[in-house]
Amino acid sequence: MYDKMTIGVLGLQGAFSKHLAMLRNLNVNTILIRYPDELEKCDGLIFPGGESTTMCKLIDEMNIRSRIEKFDRPIFGTCAGAILLSTDAGDSRVQTFGKVPIKTRRNAWGRQLESFISDVRLSFDPEPFKAVFIRAPKLSDPEKDVKILGTLNDEIVLVQYQNIILTTFHPELTDDTRIHEYFVKLVEENK
Amino acid sequence: MNKGSFEVKVGLAEMLKGGVIMDVTTPEQAKIAEDAGAVAVMALERIPADIRAHGGIARMSSPKVIKAIQDTVSIPVMAKCRIGHFAEAQILESLEVDFIDESEVLTPADEENHIWKHDFKVPFVCGCRDLGEALRRIGEGAAMIRTKGEAGSGNVVEAVRHMRRVQQEIRGLTVLRDDELMAAAKKLGAPFEIVKEVARSGKLPVPNFAAGGIATPADAALMMQLGAESVFVGSGIFKSEDPSARAQAIVMATTYYNDAKKLAEISMDLKEAMEGLDIASIPEEERLAKRGW
Repeated sequence: MYDKMTIGVLGLQGAFSKHLAMLRNLNVNTILIRYPDELEKCDGLIFPGGESTTMCKLIDEMNIRSRIEKFDRPIFGTCAGAILLSTDAGDSRVQTFGKVPIKTRRNAWGRQLESFISDVRLSFDPEPFKAVFIRAPKLSDPEKDVKILGTLNDEIVLVQYQNIILTTFHPELTDDTRIHEYFVKLVEENK
Repeated sequence: MNKGSFEVKVGLAEMLKGGVIMDVTTPEQAKIAEDAGAVAVMALERIPADIRAHGGIARMSSPKVIKAIQDTVSIPVMAKCRIGHFAEAQILESLEVDFIDESEVLTPADEENHIWKHDFKVPFVCGCRDLGEALRRIGEGAAMIRTKGEAGSGNVVEAVRHMRRVQQEIRGLTVLRDDELMAAAKKLGAPFEIVKEVARSGKLPVPNFAAGGIATPADAALMMQLGAESVFVGSGIFKSEDPSARAQAIVMATTYYNDAKKLAEISMDLKEAMEGLDIASIPEEERLAKRGW
């Protein structure tokens, strides 16, 4: 169905295989990105969850940073991926890309004992989304062009800015494909 | 809001995939590990090689050591409790460690029973030598499995043995007919429902990591190619001559485990690895992998 599209998943560390499985279920061609040149082949890119400090280290070791800075196609960042795409993580250990004008705070819900599953509200679908939050960050201070697409009580948990979406939770850990489908459509429109 | 469910526990294990979990004994070591790109640290009073050398009873680390390490790093902090010692596990949970390792590296507190891990909100990782042992631990609630290997030996041979055995036994299950699975479960000594699930999916229901004797980037690459989803490095880093460089090299090797050129490049300037032990030189009764069942 989406046979003319290829979405890359950054495969340095973290939950990349879950994202690949999700995309394959949606009949999207995928590639695992571990080298700078591979980014050229992608119509869209997923920044998975994992440890942001580890990913930062590998991005710099492998000289991928400048390529990602230049990448202007759609990007989807989950959890640690969202942290890396924000303007400021408030932590000198994590150098962010500043692609989305919003602030993040790492592990803002607390340690693993505070990880949880909860329904979140989506702006584009009346059906709530069962979202898995793992040592999740919090988003704050979005600039006015950032669209808020998902909330949990007063917290912003899903945003879109131009052709980039960020979630603080892990849609790849569930069977619900709606957020990945939303991203795939974004990639299709941007082609 | 649902906290501490099995799904939430496995969720953290998923986030640690493709990474390196490093044993550390001080906040300074924890900082070195985090800076090198570790996905988590295991807070210990002594690393396995020193536990082995020191002898005596090895117990849970002092809460003070764990707290100091938690205050230093932003990555998940794990800690070990003795096999079957659920009171130690309760204390570790109250300290809000991110993962508990019910570990054969410490002296077992119960020679028959492991901890009933479903009672806890914090996730557990447990060691195994074969599929039956892995599935028994999952039945008790473990959210991550690792090979036992032979901790503190600097010798990867036992980890290889355990990983191969688990993978072979998984493959063996996938070719069985439904009416053969009960007998297979009996033979493995494993819960039938989980045996059925593994036979259908061809993999463990929780992430499967490697541990015990990993000392070089090549060791990490070997374990990843054999099917490990992450590696634990215990004594291998801080018993080497260049902990920081070695830690970084093992992190790189765990991501680029299929790229021999890259592995050669990152191994190029490393100093001596930890010395290591021939497994045959370790008396039977001192082998840590034999603890637990």
